[in-house]
Amino acid sequence: MPDRMRKVLHAFAALADLGEEIAETSDFEEMVRSALHVVLGALGVRRGAVAEVERETASLRFVATRGFGESLPADVSLPLKTEGLHAAAKSNGNGGGAHALSKSELARVEREIKERFEGGAVEVVSTLVVRGELVGVIVLGGKASGVEFDAEDRELVRSLGRHIGVGLNNHRLLREVERRAEENRRLYEDLKDIYKDTVRAFAAAIDCKDKYTQGHSERVGKYSEIIAREMGWSEEEVEGIAVAGYLHDIGKLVVDREIINAPYRIDAKQSSELNRHPAAGYEILRPINHPFADIPLMARYHHERPDGRGYPDGLKDEEIPIGAKIVSLADSFDAMTTDRPYRRRRSFEEVITDFRRNAGRQFSPEVVAAFCRALLKEAHGETRPRQIIRLLGKGYVEEQALPALEQLISDLDSGTHVAAGQG
Amino acid sequence: MSKTLTGSTPPGSGGEVAVVYAGDYVNKLSGQRIERECLLRLEAGCRALVINFRGTELVNSIGVSILLGVIEVAERRGAPVVFASVSRHTVKLFELLGLTRLVAMADSEEAALATLGEFASTPNGH
Ligand SMILES: [Fe+2]
Repeated sequence: MPDRMRKVLHAFAALADLGEEIAETSDFEEMVRSALHVVLGALGVRRGAVAEVERETASLRFVATRGFGESLPADVSLPLKTEGLHAAAKSNGNGGGAHALSKSELARVEREIKERFEGGAVEVVSTLVVRGELVGVIVLGGKASGVEFDAEDRELVRSLGRHIGVGLNNHRLLREVERRAEENRRLYEDLKDIYKDTVRAFAAAIDCKDKYTQGHSERVGKYSEIIAREMGWSEEEVEGIAVAGYLHDIGKLVVDREIINAPYRIDAKQSSELNRHPAAGYEILRPINHPFADIPLMARYHHERPDGRGYPDGLKDEEIPIGAKIVSLADSFDAMTTDRPYRRRRSFEEVITDFRRNAGRQFSPEVVAAFCRALLKEAHGETRPRQIIRLLGKGYVEEQALPALEQLISDLDSGTHVAAGQG
Repeated sequence: MSKTLTGSTPPGSGGEVAVVYAGDYVNKLSGQRIERECLLRLEAGCRALVINFRGTELVNSIGVSILLGVIEVAERRGAPVVFASVSRHTVKLFELLGLTRLVAMADSEEAALATLGEFASTPNGH
């Protein structure tokens, strides 16, 4: 076989080797190292490097080097403005093939990079251009054979370089996509924080309207969160139910302040006015694009009851979304455990009795059971911080009531709470 | 004369001339194995390298580059390298790429070791 033929075959094989390395190596730096090996092995060169262009600083970053040791220049800034690199990318957006970097500009880049290496260590610098944009360079020392690079050798470097350039460019695009995704994620988190702040502000506004129930919405949010977590909901869902708790009474904003603040039991007409608030809340919340599911529905149904005697729609059992059942219990629990102008709050034992009596009627038994379990864990010091107990105030949860709480949980779990409670 | 055979003698066990077998195909994977073996032998005090290409059918571009790297490291340590039993086809390739200017070629492992006789007979403190 003549030498020329052997050379061409070896070059073809090198192109195939390169394609394989670029396609199969997932680690970028490893891929570039292999690509450099291919170029060096294709031509029998001992020293070489592949660098990518850092667009921000218009300089080179050596990704893979071989044989240069100390003679590798630390910093290679490009004789181009950063705007020049960007402009090159833009001008090709329409596929017109108008290369912003002219041949003479590329030649100047190659010449200047060559000069940065000491003592003629570099014989060939080949720019890697993808769609008119400079993405990197290949730098090569002399051939081991001592023979100078001929036109065919240079063409082989350019051919290999085209593939390596695409590899570098793909990697850069991927990093760009990752960076944007990360930016979007952060933006989304910021928006969520703003949303939560807004929700809290609304909760404060709702509670301001009712001078007797200060902090009610916030407590309902907290209790709902605790119940949902006890029921094994995901953190995302738990965040959502907290928001529903904060906003469940937002419909009260459209109810006459006199009715809300009446220091006596209200009459039937006032009562029906007050009972508008879940549906009104639904209408207020519906047009908003909430980052959590079903917030408007949880506000609408927080006064529904499993026995069908709730409002506004008189839904029964499974017709009521579980989230609304949680908010409902949290709401009632806070109403029972805070003083009102016309009554003092109930004792803890009375609350347990109410839970037993109303599980299956006003409240969902599984939700009551979950709340009781969370309470018991706090009472036994199994969960910290003790959020429910802190909200209820010191000494409210009496030690002697705990056996009744445990009994209720076990009766709810076995479905015998009704018989035991009403017997 | 002591002889260090790849895979049969652990590195560090001494020996003035190390013999490393290239295997049937010198690509990235096997090239890196050869490189590792050679560097370990040099670290262990070997003063010359024989790379035996008996049965080697193909050396790809990455393999060539890795061999060039091994030669460079050996050169820096003053350790001569001999390629033994290289097929005709591969010799031509090595000639074309200039490797034959950097290493001596021998028809067989025995011939390579004979070439390096002076290195083997020089005491190296073991
Ligand atoms: Fe309400």
